Amino acid sequence: MSLTHQEVEHIAKLARLELTDEQKARYRGQLSAILDYVAKLQELDTADVPPTAGGSVLQMPLRKDEPRPSLSAEELLANAAQKQDNQFKIPPVFE
Amino acid sequence: MQQALAKGEISSVELTQATLESIKKSDLGLHAFLHVASEQALQTARQADADRAQKVDKPLLGLPIAIKDVLSVEGMPCTCGSKILEGYIPPFTGTAVKKLQEAGAIIIGKTNTDEFAMGSSTENSAYGRTNNPWDVTRVPGGSSGGSAAAVAAGLVPVALGTDTGGSVRQPAAFCGVTGLKTTYGRVSRYGLVAFGSSLDTIGAFGRNAKDVAAVFSVMAGHDPLDATSANAAVPEIKFDQRDLRGLKVGVPREYFIKGMQVEVEEKTRAAIEQLKALGAEIREVSLPHTEYAVPVYYIIAPAEASANLARYDGIRYGPRVDANTLWDVYFKTRGRKFGAEVERRIMIGTYALSAGYYDAFYGQAQKARTLLTRDFERAFMDVDMLACPTTPSTAFVAGAHENDPLAMYLEDVFTLPANLAGVPGISFPVGFDNDNLPIGMQLIGQQFREDLLLRAVDVYQQSTDWHTKTPASLDMENQ
Repeated sequence: MSLTHQEVEHIAKLARLELTDEQKARYRGQLSAILDYVAKLQELDTADVPPTAGGSVLQMPLRKDEPRPSLSAEELLANAAQKQDNQFKIPPVFE
Repeated sequence: MQQALAKGEISSVELTQATLESIKKSDLGLHAFLHVASEQALQTARQADADRAQKVDKPLLGLPIAIKDVLSVEGMPCTCGSKILEGYIPPFTGTAVKKLQEAGAIIIGKTNTDEFAMGSSTENSAYGRTNNPWDVTRVPGGSSGGSAAAVAAGLVPVALGTDTGGSVRQPAAFCGVTGLKTTYGRVSRYGLVAFGSSLDTIGAFGRNAKDVAAVFSVMAGHDPLDATSANAAVPEIKFDQRDLRGLKVGVPREYFIKGMQVEVEEKTRAAIEQLKALGAEIREVSLPHTEYAVPVYYIIAPAEASANLARYDGIRYGPRVDANTLWDVYFKTRGRKFGAEVERRIMIGTYALSAGYYDAFYGQAQKARTLLTRDFERAFMDVDMLACPTTPSTAFVAGAHENDPLAMYLEDVFTLPANLAGVPGISFPVGFDNDNLPIGMQLIGQQFREDLLLRAVDVYQQSTDWHTKTPASLDMENQ
């Protein structure tokens, strides 16, 4: 299966990736080859097979939902590119 | 080394200083480390010496260990081999590393990895590749290539890696060391940067099964901070066996494929003969859906990665590419800071999960994953573990798969199935090829039976000396 240029642009938009034209052209070929390869799965009859979502056979135990100490706002903001008044600073969401 | 420490022949500070010295000397040619934590390591070493003087008993007291740079250690950079986390310093330590620290281990530094653990050669690191200590023109495998190379070169006795599709076992094979992939849920992933959440596991490298077991025993166990951590008992692993009588080992016929390197098949078969000579019963078994493992994995892992990596947007951590709108901050930061393999996988995953394609790709892969898991369940009704090659060939030359991502994916053909089924596996050296590159064999076990794998490898290592071989460059240095 071959992805079109428009499909590559659409996927990149969904994934929030700015790509150059050169990247789009290169990925188009590479992604098409990968999708061709994984299409091999279509030959399997899985009509009566349930899906596997996780990796473990064991029940994952739940913990009680209780308040616990956590990191301070200062520690959590320490890695932010921009901050102001103890909050993350971002460009406007709406014009 | 632990014995020398315990007897007081060498202090933790001396050992740590020697470790830091040898990293300074040898790592220029290897690039196994992304960050060396000299100050913190020496400080911990002083504490370890004080503890020892007070007769404090801790299982890993004073032991130097390297950590793959996808695991959070408070106060040490965590880049995941990516420019998008350049400068990020985690404000907390993950559970697995914390347990090692509590057991007295000394964190020496962070090791190189393919960006976000995506790759089989460590060439996808944004900070430059790691070289294989056996031949520096070749890759160490990946994605935990830095940790494997650091152990192979004798820079540290043990190191942590992670294994999502073979990222501990394949570099262990390429570097001639012992590497354990744990059962899904066995070791808490709190503090591990997520890649494929239904596949990611934390594992360990060492020169032999006993060293790996020492680290594994400390890390394993339930953790309330990780909702996928299993509440399964961790048995004490006793290395009191001299033979393998009573052990049933299956040899899956689908793991000996056309096109694999002749010496890899020969040495693997010879090692299986050795298991037999040690008393194991060898049976041929079949895992009929093995050929679907690569396509299943390269839908499921990218799908999960595309969701997990959505958090890197330049807002809360990592560098930001400035722009006038929030949309452009996301678009430019991600587009410019992610490397090619990460972008490819995010795009494959996004496509496989997108409207109109979900059932054909992701849904079908989840069902095929069930078939692969059933293959293992059926095999384990007859045998205790499986023995097979870890990789189809030995370490390849750097750049060999540069423009062919699919060829790189096929390197994982023998390691992916264990991740899809959530079972543990261990790779250990069983010989060398004609170019004197190490060959690894893999044992795959039932869920939560790491103890059986480690004990079997220990018995093998008592009767052979492949695991004691070190790279020639290292021998020269030690003279």
